[in-house]
Amino acid sequence: MSAIANRYEFVYLFDVTNGNPNGDPDAGNLPRLDPETNQGLVTDVCLKRKIRNYVNLEKEDESGYGIYMQEKSVLNNQHKKAYEALEVEPVSKKLPKEEAKARELTRWMCKNFFDVRAFGAVMTTEVNAGQVRGPIQMAFATSIDPVLPMEVSITRMAVTNERDLEKERTMGRKHIVPYGLYRAHGYISAKLAERTGFSEEDLELLWRSLVNMFEHDRSAARGEMAARKLIVFKHEHPMGNAPAHKLFDTVQVERVEGADDTPARGFCDYRVTVDAESVPQGVSVEEKL
Amino acid sequence: MAYGIKLMIWGERACFTRPEMKVERVSYDVITPSAARGILEAIHWKPAIRWVIDGIQVLKPIRFESIRRNEVGSKISARNVSSAMKAGSTEGLVNYVDQDRQQRAATILRDVAYVIEAHFELTGKAGEGETEGKHLDIFNRRARKGQYFHAPCLGVREFPADFRLVEPDEPEPDSDISLSGERDLGWMLHDFNFSSDCEPHYFRACMRDGLIEVPRSFSEEVKA
Repeated sequence: MSAIANRYEFVYLFDVTNGNPNGDPDAGNLPRLDPETNQGLVTDVCLKRKIRNYVNLEKEDESGYGIYMQEKSVLNNQHKKAYEALEVEPVSKKLPKEEAKARELTRWMCKNFFDVRAFGAVMTTEVNAGQVRGPIQMAFATSIDPVLPMEVSITRMAVTNERDLEKERTMGRKHIVPYGLYRAHGYISAKLAERTGFSEEDLELLWRSLVNMFEHDRSAARGEMAARKLIVFKHEHPMGNAPAHKLFDTVQVERVEGADDTPARGFCDYRVTVDAESVPQGVSVEEKL
Repeated sequence: MAYGIKLMIWGERACFTRPEMKVERVSYDVITPSAARGILEAIHWKPAIRWVIDGIQVLKPIRFESIRRNEVGSKISARNVSSAMKAGSTEGLVNYVDQDRQQRAATILRDVAYVIEAHFELTGKAGEGETEGKHLDIFNRRARKGQYFHAPCLGVREFPADFRLVEPDEPEPDSDISLSGERDLGWMLHDFNFSSDCEPHYFRACMRDGLIEVPRSFSEEVKA
């Protein structure tokens, strides 16, 4: 598996209907909000978690696709196959012993774990090589329009403790966003991919996980979440052919005409346009979804 | 300063963590010289050159925001990796994030923009035929085209930095009016001394009309 040879950027649009895409631990699990603009937020780590979970589901038994940072709930792969026997490439003898050892460890981790290869990881060694910086970098996703979270009170016709038996029921609370279309930006560096061995197959897997990850992340809290658009910019040159912000600017998300002063309640209330004309030379645009 | 460059960088959010408040991160008011150097190195760097930050022009008002996230509590231990390697199995080499969880708040900067003024020097590692002009050309070419080695970020990787080269004949971008006057930003991280076990060095940052002049490393004003 050779590493990818192109730089990429991507714009990822996903929406939520009557759900909480990412709770804020600081605000009693209310959906995250940008306090200045009231736009909804989804953190980068939230999206990366879902990518990991998807890869874990798809590649359950396959060697080389382990997930280091696991969530208990997806850990049903007790019978993981023994993977290919130790195949560490010979290390140059010139390197100081400690450093060589550390490199060997990180290489092994990259080879066996998808999330280490894609997002990087930190290992406790004195030598710097114990730190892996992955090629994929994601920023916070923000909603196109301000969102107004709703608090929904719900009842449960049962109680937890015997002493509360006479109450007969307990009340709970859910926080939902009626509708929100979120936009996330991602960056993939070819040069860092070279160092962790992030390959073309891995890249395809990443696109698949972005397209499908919400399909496998259903829960009472999330409501209906769906990936809506995945627009990928591929640079011919490994260093890139155009500034990332100019590429992101070519993707415009607008409300459809006449709907401006009403709240959006569906993806059909938005129009996504990619101005392929103004994409600089050497960059190709691909819509994966 | 024949080989100076000016790079404008900006982004939605930034976090230049104060070392004394790194558990629940609190950002410095402005970008540190160390973070600025990291951004330049993300665009172009070779062992043959060393970037030196001369000044930082702060363009936008300093505003903060707080965000709390679930983070993991521990790093991968090298010993576990090496025993898994010996056993030839990834079995058991996992970290259950929901059992090893820390909720940490971060006080981060919002809507930042800076102009980094810097130059580079050749180190002893320059090969034959490596000239300052060549590296300057590479940097300028990449910065103009928006090329990078890895996407530069504003302190942490979740806050990407957009950048563009400020051409030499271009008028200086203006700082926001709220930054006029003199402001003492206190002791701030200058950079690490990597040749002596990553020893941090600090300097007294003072902002005059948005401009912070950065002293040279190992100069009088920089304390370890």
